Amino acid sequence: MASSQVLSFTRTAIGQKALVAVTGIILYGFAFFHALGNLQVFLGREAFNQYAEMLQSMPKLVWATRLVLLVALITHVVLVVRLARRAREAKPAHYRFEERMDPSEGILRRYARQTMLLSGLIILAYIVFHLMHLTVGAVPGLFFVRGMAYENLIYGMRTPWVAGFYLFANLLLGLHLYHGCRALFQTLGLRHPQWDRRSFAMALSITAVIVGTNVIIPIAGLTRLVGGELPEDPQEVLRTGEEKHTVSE
Amino acid sequence: MGETIDLKLHVWRQSGPNAPGRFEDYTHYAKAIPTHASFLEFLDIVNERLILAGIEPIAFDHDCREGICGMCGVVINGRPHGPRKATTTCQLHMRHFRNGEEIWVEPWRAKAFPIVKDLIVDRSAFDRIIQAGGYITARVGSAPDANAILIPKQVAEEAMDAAACIGCGACVAACPNGSASLFVAAKLGHFNSLPQGKPELDRRVLGMVTQHEKEGFGGCSNHYLCEAACPKEISVKWIAKMNRDFIRASLRYAPPVERKEGYG
Ligand code: HEM
Ligand code: FES
Repeated sequence: MASSQVLSFTRTAIGQKALVAVTGIILYGFAFFHALGNLQVFLGREAFNQYAEMLQSMPKLVWATRLVLLVALITHVVLVVRLARRAREAKPAHYRFEERMDPSEGILRRYARQTMLLSGLIILAYIVFHLMHLTVGAVPGLFFVRGMAYENLIYGMRTPWVAGFYLFANLLLGLHLYHGCRALFQTLGLRHPQWDRRSFAMALSITAVIVGTNVIIPIAGLTRLVGGELPEDPQEVLRTGEEKHTVSE
Repeated sequence: MGETIDLKLHVWRQSGPNAPGRFEDYTHYAKAIPTHASFLEFLDIVNERLILAGIEPIAFDHDCREGICGMCGVVINGRPHGPRKATTTCQLHMRHFRNGEEIWVEPWRAKAFPIVKDLIVDRSAFDRIIQAGGYITARVGSAPDANAILIPKQVAEEAMDAAACIGCGACVAACPNGSASLFVAAKLGHFNSLPQGKPELDRRVLGMVTQHEKEGFGGCSNHYLCEAACPKEISVKWIAKMNRDFIRASLRYAPPVERKEGYG
C-alpha cells in the first residue's frame, strides 16, 4: 500500500473538511453563548449595559476569544473556498438537466445544502457589518457611543434597513446551520444509529436558540417592544447621559 | 410482440477524448421500441438502425447486463442510471418510459472520468484507488470454514452491504463535486469492518484516500446525491466511517520501520 506517499492531513479534502467542521463548531459555540448573553437586552438597560461592562472588564478573556474566533473564521472561509474551487475543477461539465428533485428530501434541506457558500459569504459580510456597527462604531449615520451598548443596539435596530439586514443575515445563518448541524457529525465521522437522532436534535436546538434570539431582537427593537422607553431622538440620551455622568462623578 | 413506444431521443456524441461533443437527435431511430427491452437493448436497436442508415453506432459500455458487473452506466435525463431507484442502466426497462417521452442520454461527467468516446468514460482511476489499498496483503485462504473466524451476524451483514458496490461510478456522476467518496468509502468499509481487513486499516484508508485525491476527484460536502443514485443503495454512513477512520489514522499512523537483521 502506498503509505510512503500519503498526503498530509490538511492537504486532503477529508482533512480540510474536518477542519471546516471543527471551526464551524467553534463558531457555533460562540454564536450560542453570544445569543444567550444578548437575551439580557430584555432585562432592560441597566442589566444589559452592566453585562457589557462586565465583559469589557476582562480584556484578556475578550482578546483571547477574539483571537480564537478570528483564526477559526479565517480557517473556515479559506478552506471552504479552496474546497469549492477544487470541486468545480473536478466537475468541469454539467448535465443537460441539473439535479432532479428527490421527493424524500425537504425543500429547506435541499436549498440549505445547495447554498452553503452563498449563505456563508453573506454571513461573513454580516459579521463585518455587525462588528463595525456595535463593536467599533464605524457605520456612518448609526448611533454609537462607547459604553452605551444598550442604546447603540436599540437605536441601530430602530433603523429599518439595519434591522432588516440583521434579520435576513440571521435567517441565512439558520439555513447555513440547518445543513451544518447534520453535516458536522458526518464530516467528523461521529455517527452511529444510536446517537444520530439525538445529536441532530441537540445541534438543531442550539441552532434554534441562536436564530430565535437573533431574529427576535431586531424585530423587538424595530417595533419598540424592547427599548421603547428610550426617547426617539438619540441626542436626548446623550444629554441625560452626560448629566448622569456628572452626577455620579 | 407486446407493446411498443416511440421516444424522442437525444444522445451525446463525441468522437474522442479531446473532440468537441454534442447532442444528436435520434428520434427518427427511436420509434416502435418494445417496452420489454432494457435500456441497453433499446440502444442496441437504435444502433442497428443507425448502422443501416450509414451512421456510426453509439459507443456505450456494458458487460453482464444483469446488474452485477458495474460496467454499464449512462446519465438519462440528468440521472445516473436513469429514473428508477436501485437499478443499473442494463436493468432499466423501457416500460418505465412514457410513449413520446423525451430522453437525453449523456456520459458520466467528472474530470477524473475522461470521456473515451460517446457514452464511454475511462474509469481506471477506480482501479488505481483499489491498487492503493483495496485488498488484503496476506493471503487469507479461500472460503475458510464458516466457523473458523467468528464474525457477528450484524457485522457480516453490514460488510456485505458495503461489498455490494459494483464500482460503476454513478456516485461520481451524481456528485456536484465530482467526488468518489461513496465508492472509496464502500470499498474501505467492506475490508475495514472484517477481522481479515482490520490489521491494515490505517494504511488502507490513508493509501486509498490519497489516491482518490491524486486522481482529481472532489471532496464530499454532504449532498448525498451519490446515495440516491447508487444502484446498490450504498449508504453514506460509510463515508462517515471513512472520515472517522481517516482522521484517526492520520493522527496515529506511523509507517512500519525496516527491521534490522538479527536481534537488537
Ligand atoms: C457564525 C459563523 C459560521 C458558523 C457557525 C458556521 C458553521 C458551519 C458548520 C457547522 C458547517 C458544517 C461543516 C460540515 O460540513 O461538516 C459549515 C460548513 C460550511 N460553511 Fe460555515 N459557518 C459560519 C460561517 C461561514 C462563513 C463566513 C462562510 C463563508 C464562506 C461559510 C461557509 C461554509 C461552507 C461553504 C460550508 C460547507 C463546506 C463543505 O461542505 O464543503 N461558513 N459551517
Ligand atoms: S452491464 Fe453489468 S451491471 Fe449493467
